Amino acid sequence: MTYSYYPGCTLKTKAKDLDRYARASAAALGIELEELPDWQCCGGVYPMAKDEIATKLSSVRALLSAKEQGRDLVTMCSACHNVLKQVNHDMATDENIVTKVANYMKLDEPYRGETKVIHFLELLRDGVGFDELKKHVVKPLKGVKIAPYYGCLLLRPGKVMAFDDPENPAIMENFIKALGAEPVAYAMRNECCGGYATMENRVIAEKRATAVMDNAAANGAQMMITACPLCLYNLTKNAQGGVPVKYFTEVLAEALGVKEEA
Amino acid sequence: MEKTNLKERILEISGVNPRKCMKCGKCSGTCPNYDEMEYHPHQFVSMVEKGDIEPLMKTESLWTCLSCFACVERCPRSVEPAKLIEAVRLAVIRQQGANHLKPQDIPDKLDEDLPQQAIVSAFRKYTK
Ligand code: SF4
Ligand code: SF4
Ligand code: SF4
Ligand code: SF4
Repeated sequence: MTYSYYPGCTLKTKAKDLDRYARASAAALGIELEELPDWQCCGGVYPMAKDEIATKLSSVRALLSAKEQGRDLVTMCSACHNVLKQVNHDMATDENIVTKVANYMKLDEPYRGETKVIHFLELLRDGVGFDELKKHVVKPLKGVKIAPYYGCLLLRPGKVMAFDDPENPAIMENFIKALGAEPVAYAMRNECCGGYATMENRVIAEKRATAVMDNAAANGAQMMITACPLCLYNLTKNAQGGVPVKYFTEVLAEALGVKEEA
Repeated sequence: MEKTNLKERILEISGVNPRKCMKCGKCSGTCPNYDEMEYHPHQFVSMVEKGDIEPLMKTESLWTCLSCFACVERCPRSVEPAKLIEAVRLAVIRQQGANHLKPQDIPDKLDEDLPQQAIVSAFRKYTK
């Protein structure tokens, strides 16, 4: 099955690993991720204001391009996913934005959020299926205690993201189990690491990230996994604690036996 | 801007109706950055409702809110306080010369691992 793929700017630069391991894993699972021919950075945070149009256009262009290809749009970075999905929701529900965008882009037919945006984890759960994924695992991560770190952007706002139960998610835990590892239960898996504060006030980022990592470590985590380059940076650079943090695609590629060739 | 106009403007661009708030305080109770904020999410709601917006436009809390959507998710009345905070932030930075982040400040904040995401997000949140 072929999907349109939106890698995002960070995956082309500092987070190349997130992308590289995803592509290798997808290939091993028989999934074709075809990068959109022409995409722009989504801007990293969803513009919440009702009268913001220009800041939503790069997302709309990506969504529209997937619509033209008649495919679902796969995202990898939590932030891209949040921005694209929330903008898509606006396009499906806010007539004012739909009209303004259509006028601005001179669209013959307005874009109304027809594209389905799916995060790669959702593709693994709903497209591939975790039982099927398990069958492809050649190097089970036996006995490794992995703390799933959701952060905020995959889950919230729950009504729009519809990723999983925002207060009691299970997708990353089930992903970890499918790879043969052991998910660590800890309360702060869906509390913010303070990543956005890193440029404004590093002390805040340090405090929040340390609280999250402490909580994971106290519950026996040997490793944390994330889908967000900013979480990874913040937990690695700003948190005190030293628990290794990896992209979920890296452990996936490892379990599928394609890490070395990625 | 005149007081009532400013309030109307904030309500319009945020799409928030502060009168839905039942003052339970859950948004502030769940805010991960509570200790670092002068005004907390429930105060943004009540002060905007009263038209008391000037102090909000001057507070550091505009820049320390993490945009984590916890207050949006956990408000039992779907008030969405973070959207009000964003609207006040925009009311400030949309003014000429009021950008919070200046390009010349960026180099000092960079390190070799900092993801692009952090930089583009900061620009989107702090500049117009
Ligand atoms: S969220 Fe991230 S990586 Fe994704 S395009 Fe947007 S800014 Fe760039
Ligand atoms: S970087 Fe921190 S703030 Fe952003 S999603 Fe990750 S958890 Fe939330
Ligand atoms: S979005 Fe801002 S105000 Fe709301 S809970 Fe997060 S940090 Fe607090
Ligand atoms: S959680 Fe909602 S209802 Fe409760 S104080 Fe905050 S805004 Fe008001």
